[in-house]
This record gives sequence, structure tokens and C-alpha cells, in this order.
Amino acid sequence: MAETLAYIQRKSLIHDLTGATKFLFFIMWSIAAMITYDTRILLALFVIGIFLFYISKLKWKEVRFALIFMFVLMGFNMIGVYIFGPEQGVEIYGTRHELFVIAGPYAVTLEQLFYMFNFLMKYLSVIPIALLFIMATNPSEFASSLNKIGVSYRIGYAVALALRYIPDIQRDYHNISKAQQARGIDLSRKDKFFDRLKNSAAILFPLVLSSLQGIEVISNAMELRGFGKNKKRTWIVERKFKKEDYRALAFGAILLVISIIVTFSDGNRFYNPFL
Amino acid sequence: MEEKFISFQDYTFQYRAQSEPTLKHINLDIKKGERIVIIGPSGSGKSTIAHSLNGLIPFSYPGESMGSLTIGGKEVKTLSIFELSQYVGTVLQDTDGQFIGMTVLEDIAFSMENNCVPQDEMIRKTREEAVKVQILEKLDASPHQLSGGQKQRVSLAGILVNNVPVLLFDEPLANLDPYAGKKSMELIDQIQKETDTTVILIEHRLEDALHMGADRIILMEEGEIVADEPPSVLFASEKLKEAGIREPLYITALKYGGCKLEPSMKLEKIQDLFLEEEQKKQMRQWFSYRKKEKKEEEKPVILSVEDISFGYTEEKENLSHISFTVKEGEMISIVGKNGAGKSTMAKILCGFEKLEKGEIFIKGRDIKGDTIKERARQIGYVMQNPNQMISKPMVYEEVAMGLLVQKKPEEEIKKRVEEKLKICGLYSFRNWPISALSYGQKKRVTIASILVQEPDILILDEPTAGQDFRHYTEIMDFLKSLNEKGITVLMITHDMHLILEYTNRSLVFADGKLLADTTPSTLFGNPELIKKASLKETSLYELAKQCKLDGKEFIEWFIEYDKEVRRKWPKPLHTSNENL
Repeated sequence: MAETLAYIQRKSLIHDLTGATKFLFFIMWSIAAMITYDTRILLALFVIGIFLFYISKLKWKEVRFALIFMFVLMGFNMIGVYIFGPEQGVEIYGTRHELFVIAGPYAVTLEQLFYMFNFLMKYLSVIPIALLFIMATNPSEFASSLNKIGVSYRIGYAVALALRYIPDIQRDYHNISKAQQARGIDLSRKDKFFDRLKNSAAILFPLVLSSLQGIEVISNAMELRGFGKNKKRTWIVERKFKKEDYRALAFGAILLVISIIVTFSDGNRFYNPFL
Repeated sequence: MEEKFISFQDYTFQYRAQSEPTLKHINLDIKKGERIVIIGPSGSGKSTIAHSLNGLIPFSYPGESMGSLTIGGKEVKTLSIFELSQYVGTVLQDTDGQFIGMTVLEDIAFSMENNCVPQDEMIRKTREEAVKVQILEKLDASPHQLSGGQKQRVSLAGILVNNVPVLLFDEPLANLDPYAGKKSMELIDQIQKETDTTVILIEHRLEDALHMGADRIILMEEGEIVADEPPSVLFASEKLKEAGIREPLYITALKYGGCKLEPSMKLEKIQDLFLEEEQKKQMRQWFSYRKKEKKEEEKPVILSVEDISFGYTEEKENLSHISFTVKEGEMISIVGKNGAGKSTMAKILCGFEKLEKGEIFIKGRDIKGDTIKERARQIGYVMQNPNQMISKPMVYEEVAMGLLVQKKPEEEIKKRVEEKLKICGLYSFRNWPISALSYGQKKRVTIASILVQEPDILILDEPTAGQDFRHYTEIMDFLKSLNEKGITVLMITHDMHLILEYTNRSLVFADGKLLADTTPSTLFGNPELIKKASLKETSLYELAKQCKLDGKEFIEWFIEYDKEVRRKWPKPLHTSNENL
């Protein structure tokens, strides 16, 4: 089967952390990356992110598909950013170093390139950590640790089940789409946009229907085995917070604080090399 | 031992959405430690009995009940579904769907987690039950690393942790291959002996279910109990046949042979069957009527597969060096364990997966370069679950969809769709919503929607999985009629009856290799091949051995005779009025 974006069991420092640690770390990391346009911070986050990905023992092959997908999206995003604001960079940095003109209002400036580079770095610094969170966190253990930090176990379990069913749904989607293509439903770019939209309904309809059926079975199975009986429940995969968890959280918090301080110390979210 | 643990007294149940009760005045007592098999055609109310016992009625399926149902002396109406789950542990039909945990460990522990059992104790108890169901070495495995039989054992362990007095199995064989099913029944037998639990098993594959040994069979029809007897007594009568249930094959064979059946012959299991010398003689007499001549017409080759190898990943080959040919008008079964490569083979033929090594020819033309769409005009693929194929609300729309997107002229679409609807016996339903159709009818809608592309070859994935005898016959007779109209049919299946009764050739896959390409009767006469294909021996073979007859020829004769007898049966009403 095609590579899927789901938990892969492995032994590593990252895998050993509890789900809640990874979740909180991911949140702090994302905030740190979101608030800043400071190139130095973004570069640092990017390098640390790659390093963490490396020590998690996840393989490039396992995320290739997801990465390609994200790069394509990012590419479109970049094009959009340029089309709708070719002078955005000039506005932000206050100088204008024009390289060449494409056509009409569309000139390429050093400032715009630098702005877009920063924009790209925001994505690139979050992606490794997001992948880590999805692929190195056991969904059930995540649910148990959410429960421990006060989230209802019903919600935690719903999240875990959703994560667990991603591969199943991907597989069903694959099979249904192939079977529908055999009936002449074309999803390639040859068809008009409107036809394509209509055709994708031909895949979604059966996909939703068979998923609903699956939900009925699983909810019956859960009820028959006492899910929802008590206000609390225990977890066989539960893990205690260890030294490493506190260290990881402290590390995340420090990064966030540094990011905030550096970003806002000079009253500007942007690092300006042009002045 | 003698106390009645479960007791239905004048129990009637009506689902909220139904206009009539599904269970009518049921009276049934079940003792502690008894083994009960409940059997009956689809819609006879057997699942409703199961749901009444485990509490899904009324918690998931609301409705109204009258009369009384007690378990362990307690009136079920007064218990919650959680309290009931301390009495009745249920293993559902869907081996995948009921797997809740991420891993075997979590799934077995699930109900203990909900009961707030401390972690240490859970781990200890989980390991203990895992040993009992022989799954200990797989504790960390996720569901997709397990076979159907293993998943079912995990579900069983998951209810055993509660020490429930009643084990309820809702069609446990429907999703298993015959070999796994046999192992499953042996495990239930063993666990019942060790724990003295009450076992209630709902099945329509009676012969396979009885492998565990049963004290009583409850035969249901239209919401009522029509027989409540030990297997031997029931088999000596004609009640199963009258209810449209398939008898065990050896029983049918003995009846064809003219043997008078008595409960004293130990009819419940072929292994225990006791035949007098006189009766064996009768069987040999019957066998001697068989016709020897057999002429196979030589038909042109329609599909030829030459030295195909394929792997989803580079490390592992899922198919290696497969070659076979199919002649026009054949009806072939593709058999083997899950993961043996059957479905992969089908997907490659239809172009769903890209072929890298090997050649495929249809009518002598290399189709390697054809797209999925182009292939579909030659090979149609029907998925196992019709709900995964249906994407329009109305019958006509669904069947026409493929042609509509190809922008064929309206006149042509109408002509082709109506023609196929007639072939599939669905013409009178053309303006019906699909949701109002039965499973078998939905299946035919999906077949019709493939047939409009006018393929020469039809590949079906498990066409009869989970169907009772009546629907099985309905679907298979329909496929047979398509076959007689000239369409070549390939079926991926575990169903031994289907293989024996409807196919003239079997392709046996194991570990990505084509192990055998032979006739079904040869396959079932070869114990080693049976094991590798994950099938089980047919009781006919055993019966032939007991009567000192050639197994393979006996099977062939039985199939031929059986076809002849069944041809003379009047067509049931439900199929004839659909062709109006």
C-alpha cells in the first residue's frame, strides 16, 4: 500500500516521551513559529526540527508522500502570495532593490524574495514537528495522557479512534476510487473543474456510507464492552511523566520565550537585513 | 447444571421502525453450560435474539418488547447494557469492525479499562487470556498485521477477561476462511470445556458451526422457533430443507443415497457418524449410477497471463511468476488464504495496480498499456461490499452513471441500461431508490453497473460472503445465467460450496505463487492442497472414505446429482416476480 500518514511504532527518545508532552511541545513550537517573521529564529527552529526528526528514527521514505503533497500546496501558496502582493516585501522592509520586471506591476525585488523566504521558513520549521507528532505518538497513549491533563476520556478516545482509522479510510478511498475509475469516472485534470467536482462525489458518497457503517459496528462493540460506564477509566498503555518529559517541555517553553523576546524586542516582527 | 440460566417466556419484540414484530412469542430455556446453535434464514429473527440477550436491544436498536426474558434470574428489561455485559460477552460478525484497540494488548484490555482495573492487574490478566486464545506472541501487533481468525481470537479474549457466564457469537464464521473457521470452532469447544460457560452461536453455515459440538439446534423462521432439537434428531427430519437451510453435505448425500436416517446413527458430526454395512452398500449402489463420459468442448482462450511478478514494495513480491489461461465461458474460483495474492491478481488484471513484470493478453491482444477505463471495457470488477460501489440514490442513475460520464448519446444509454437491468432482473425496480433494495439486489445493481460497459470477463470479490442459503442461491444462479450468456466469470472466494457447485476450475494461490490450477473435485480430494489453500476437507470426502469409495469421484457425482435435483426445485417466488 502507499505510504500513509499514521503512527509508526519504533524505539527512540522521541517515542519515549508521553503523548501529552509531544502535544504541548507541538503547540508551543507552532506558536513560536507563528508569531515570528524573524529569520534567525525561523532558521534555528528549522535546524532543531530537522535534528529532532533525525533522532526520532523516522525514515525519509515514510514521509515522502506527505512531504511531496505539502510542498505542492506550499508552492501554490507561494505563487498566490506573489500574485496578490508583489510589493509586500518592499512595504515591510521599507527599501526597494529591484532585480528585474516580469510584466506590468510584477517586478522581482530582493525584499519580496526575502519576505517569501521567511514565509516558506515558517512552514518548513513547523512541518518536521507536526510529522513527529503524528507519526511518533501512539494515539491511545495520547488519549490517556490527554485524559490525565484533564480532557474527558470520551474526547480523547474519539481523537485516538479518528487517528487510528486514517489508514483504513485511505485504503477504502484507494479501492473505491480505482473501482469508480473503472466505470469511467475520471479525476484527472483532463476534465473540467465542475465535472471533476461532480465525479469526486462518486467516490465520497460510497466512502462516507461505508464509513458510517463502520461507525455503527465499532460503537456497538465499544458499548458491549462497557465503554462509557464510569466517569473514569484506566489505560493499559498509560505512561508516567518522566524526567525527559519535563525537560522536553522546559525546552519548548524556553524556545517560545526566546522567540517572543527576540521578535518583539525591537518592536517589529520582521528581521530587516536591508537597513 | 440443571438450572435454566436464560429464559425467554412468551417474548415478543418489535423494532420501532417495523410494522410487525420480528420475534413472536418466543419460549426458550437455556441451561448453564449448554451449547446452542441458532439457525435460520436472513430475517428470521436470529440476530434479534442475540441483540435481546446482549442489550443492543433496546440500547442501540430501540423497539418494544412483551413477555419476559431473564438471565441469571434477572429480568433483562431492568438491566443496563453495562450490567448485561457482565453476564453476556459478545463476539460480533465483523472481525475488523469490532477491533477497538490499536494493538492486541489494548483490545483485550478494553473492557477492563472501562471497569477501572489498575494497570498492573490488567497487564497480568491480558497475558493470561492471550495464552488461552493462543495469541500471546502477537500482543503488540496492530489489527492489520493479523489474520481474520487471529482478530476473532483477540475479540474472544477481550470478553473472557470479564469471566462472563454466557458467550454469544454472532455469525463468527462469516468472515473467516474455512480453515480458520474450523480452528475457531475447536477453540470455542476447548474454552467451553475449561470454563463451563454457556455458548450461544448464531450461524447459517450449520455444518461448520457443528464442528464445535452442539447440544441443541434452534431453528428459526419468520420470528418463531420451528424446531428445538439435538442435531441428530433434526438431521433425521426434513425440517432444515423445508426452511431453506443447507443441510450438512454428508446428510444430503446419505438422503440422496436412500439411507434411512435415525438419530442413533450419531448424525451430528461426520467424524462420529455410524453407518451399518447395509447403508454403506446402499451408498455404493447410488455411486454406481454415476455417468462416466465427460466431454469438454474446446473453447478459444480469452485471457492469458504470462509470467507476472508484482510487489507493492520493492522488498517483497506479492505475486511471483504467475501464468495461467482462461477460456471463453469458464467459471473459475480463485482460492487461498488472505494475503496469498488473490486480490492483488484481480487488481492487476483490472489495471488498478501497475504491472511491471509479465504480460497479459485478452483475446490475443497485449493490454499492458491500456488505462483503467480501457480495461474496464474488457474486464469488469465487482467489489465485495456493494455499498462501496454505489454512488447514486436511484437504480437507473447508478447503472447509467458510467455511460453518462462518457457522454454517450441518450438513446444508446437508455437502451444499454434497460437491457442490462432486464438481464439482472431489476427492470421493474429501475425507478426505485437503492436504499430500499435487499443486499442481493444491491449486489445485482453493482453487477449491472459494470455490465453496461459490456466486458467479456467479470471478476467478483467474495460474491456470497455473509449470505444465507437462499441469497447465496439467488446470487449464484444469477451469475450462472450470466455465464451461460457467454460472460467469463472469475470469483475470489472462500466459500467451499460455491467452489464445488458453481466453478469448473480452481486457481489456488499461496504466498504469492500459483500453487495449483485444477478442478474443484481434485482440489478437495487432496488434503495437502486443501491445507495450503486454507480450506477444509469436505465431509463428502470423509463419507466416501467410510463407504470405501473414491473421494474425488464421489464428490463429482454428488455435485452432478445435486445440480440435477436442485434444477427440479420450483423457483422460489421472490426471484420469479422480479422478472415481470
